[in-house]
Amino acid sequence: MMKTWQAGKRLLPMTATLGLILAGCGREDLSVLRPQGPAAESSFDLMKLAITIMIVVLLIVFSIAAYVLIRFRRKPEQREIPEQVEGNFKLEVLWTVIPLILVVVLAVPTVKAVFAAGNDHSDDKNAIKVKVTGHQYWWEFEYTDYGVKTAQDLVIPAGKDIAFELSTADVLHSFWVPSLAGKMDTNPDGTINRFSFSAPNEGVYRGKCAELCGPSHGFMEFKVKSVSDAEFEQWLASMKSPAVLPEDPEIAAKFKSACLQCHAVGDQGIAMGPDLTGIGSRESVAGILLNDDTGVDGAPILDNLKTWLHDPQGVKPGNKMPDPKKDLGLTDEEIDGIAEYLAGYTLD
Amino acid sequence: MDWITTVDHKKIAILYLWAGGLFFGIGGLEAILIRIQLIKPMNTFLDAQTFNELITMHGTTMIFLGVMPVIFALMNAVIPLQIGARDVAFPFLNALGFWTFLFGGILLNLSWIMGGAPDAGWTSYTPLSTTTYSATHGVDFYTIGLQIAGLGTLIGGINFLATIITMRAPGMSYMRMPMFAWTTFITSAIILFAFPAITVGLVLLTFDRILGANFFEVGGGGNPVLWQHIFWIFGHPEVYILILPAFGIISEVIPTFARKRLFGYSSMVFATILIAFLGFMVWAHHMFTTGLGPVANALFSVSTMLIAVPTGIKIFNWLFTMWGGQVRFTTPNLFAVGFIPTFTMGGVTGVMLASAPADFQFHDTYFVVAHFHYVIVGGLVLGLFAGLHYWWPKMFGRMLDEGLGKWTFWTFIIGFHMTFFVQHFLGLMGMQRRVFTYLPNQQFDLLNLISTIGAGLMGVGMLFFLANIFLTSRKPADAADDPWEDGRTLEWTIPSPPPEYNFKQTPLVRGIDAFWKEKTAGHKGMTPSEPVGSIHMPSATILPFLMSVGIFIAGLGFMFSRDTFSSEALSFLFNNYIVTGLGLLITFGSMLMRSLYDDHGWHIEPEELEGR
Repeated sequence: MMKTWQAGKRLLPMTATLGLILAGCGREDLSVLRPQGPAAESSFDLMKLAITIMIVVLLIVFSIAAYVLIRFRRKPEQREIPEQVEGNFKLEVLWTVIPLILVVVLAVPTVKAVFAAGNDHSDDKNAIKVKVTGHQYWWEFEYTDYGVKTAQDLVIPAGKDIAFELSTADVLHSFWVPSLAGKMDTNPDGTINRFSFSAPNEGVYRGKCAELCGPSHGFMEFKVKSVSDAEFEQWLASMKSPAVLPEDPEIAAKFKSACLQCHAVGDQGIAMGPDLTGIGSRESVAGILLNDDTGVDGAPILDNLKTWLHDPQGVKPGNKMPDPKKDLGLTDEEIDGIAEYLAGYTLD
Repeated sequence: MDWITTVDHKKIAILYLWAGGLFFGIGGLEAILIRIQLIKPMNTFLDAQTFNELITMHGTTMIFLGVMPVIFALMNAVIPLQIGARDVAFPFLNALGFWTFLFGGILLNLSWIMGGAPDAGWTSYTPLSTTTYSATHGVDFYTIGLQIAGLGTLIGGINFLATIITMRAPGMSYMRMPMFAWTTFITSAIILFAFPAITVGLVLLTFDRILGANFFEVGGGGNPVLWQHIFWIFGHPEVYILILPAFGIISEVIPTFARKRLFGYSSMVFATILIAFLGFMVWAHHMFTTGLGPVANALFSVSTMLIAVPTGIKIFNWLFTMWGGQVRFTTPNLFAVGFIPTFTMGGVTGVMLASAPADFQFHDTYFVVAHFHYVIVGGLVLGLFAGLHYWWPKMFGRMLDEGLGKWTFWTFIIGFHMTFFVQHFLGLMGMQRRVFTYLPNQQFDLLNLISTIGAGLMGVGMLFFLANIFLTSRKPADAADDPWEDGRTLEWTIPSPPPEYNFKQTPLVRGIDAFWKEKTAGHKGMTPSEPVGSIHMPSATILPFLMSVGIFIAGLGFMFSRDTFSSEALSFLFNNYIVTGLGLLITFGSMLMRSLYDDHGWHIEPEELEGR
């Protein structure tokens, strides 16, 4: 008993050091190794424990291997035959029992965490309920309690538990925000998945699709924006306010006849494709063209919208959007006009 | 012609080796293309669709058509010799197994030139693999090609079970069998139970795609998660079908070059059986994020972790085999020694993946890619290299060049660790797998570059190996019976390459490591268990080849049975299942010939044996 405790005491500083080293890896808004919420932290704690145990195992195996390979090399003068050892019962029991103990050490917290992760907050009155639907290749977020639907940017109040209900409109996808929580698949109707996470710190986190879903699988990214309660309320209110349409009547007519056949803005249009309400305030266009006025991590939103509208297949191969020029018959000027309108459609 | 009609296990081994090597090369080129595409962010070397086809074909080819046939090559070349038999139990079936594998593989690879390769990943998850989302014939090539190739594997597995159960030399009890024979035996048992699952799965998916059934189609009441269960009930044991033979090879090579018997033989046997048993219990650990619920996730977590125990036993037994021995660093032993730490690294990440809440993060990321390449390349491929260099003189009568062999080893293993070690970190830093490109500034750039350079280095290692084979083949075949001088098992008691009949007289086995036991007792060779007599040999036949050609034609015909062709004659032939019928006619006709024509084989008489 005393000995295992001492071994545990020795493991502690190692775990701490490991935690520090691993925490240096990757971006804060993306890396599994820099968890920003309780769900991701629970996974990270298990990872640190597992990595510690595994490094100890590796060190033992590597040192025995190195010793054997150096010490028992065949020397040129060796002629006699080494003793043929059948085995050693005590040793063999030893390396059966020690791995068993290590497995138990890892299994107990694993089982605890499995059941903790099974707690999905779907009956929690204080939790924000969000219905996530995966589409080839974009994400739809429906706030069922508020009657609000949006796409690509998931806006959540910081610190609140978010109860997710995941499903898909077509093939399997997997909903993953590495720095906030592990992933969960979106299955078609009938096998809906529930889980939850929260983001205590305000900020923008990168989300990904983790299940192969077609050519643009790698481009099926989204953002999670954790904001203050007040900002969240304000966002809900402006999402529910009536739609803003283009000022130029010609562009407005084109927008209605071409775009609103699949898209919705506010109370207008059909929500078959991504909802466009307030698209000017989003973090990206089409999930992968990052909006950034500084130009460090992307281009201004207007440029991104133009890139997208002039060649949707070039940006995101295999997506369902018709080509505005070829399929919908829009002129370059009309496309640019719609892009300008959308870029200006913000929520503040 | 001789090669098409042969039923000799040694020649079939060589056929398996060349065919497997060819597909391994194709799979390797696919891997290099994948890595070139990922060398930098937002690369446009390949388009998204081609990339998805490449990853699908890389995985499928490597698992089913690359490494499995090379395993079968070694089993065919070595197992009858190791257990003192003159051939496998069913030589005709052995040939049939090879030809169905080859034609299945050819069918699958025809997809590259016949309108689109499969693109739904090697796991072919539905609904992505249904006709709605994968409209080309790609996935049909996958289902039907693998079905035909899988038939060959199943036939081979059953054949080895029968061979090992019934054809061991007198005195060779189960607990005196060499470890490679043991792992072949257990592997064959896994094949027997696991392959029917994929067979059924592929039939259901074929029906969904070609006949419009609704097994996995949600709209028609099907369940896409069902495919995942069926696939992994096969897919997880498949991992052990791959790795157990490597364990066997390592257990042969290390004792030979340490000049010591295997440490803890009986615990090795026990561990092998336990791994096979547990291998069937853990399939759902591939599905932790599917949403099975906490009870299932907890059970599959713990059962998966348990596999670490028998695997650990093996690692320590290998290390202690070398303890107190005289280790020689020949090329085969370099690969075997390199296997131990590399495979251990793949094993420990496996335990990490088994922890479900942590796996929510690992799953479908480059961490998983790194893990299974450590197991399959760092474990199995290193094992196969060890085995190939070790048994090459027995198979071909020529020693591979040691210098080139060492170059192969060092470039390959350094390239391997460069490629895959950094991928652990890529996964943890948020890079999901199967993405055809990635955005810059995510701190993925440098690690991906390192990974691609490593892959190139592995390619260089393969070139050294090919050069070695080529140069060696031009030298005279003059390898000694026991070229490594410390051979311990029966295959080293007969000439290299062995005569058609293997053993002039079946040897009498008096203990574990039969040949070593005789050597240490001061004998030159084995004590025979029978007088020199007439040896019965099976006749060569072209029927297995014809049967496989028939199935191949039938498969192609079925696949295109719903298509409209530009020429009416073609449409008529395919749409009325005439092509399918013709193919089946060839196959069943050949079977009928086999049943009606009684072939008693032929004999090699004692005078002839002495004459040679």
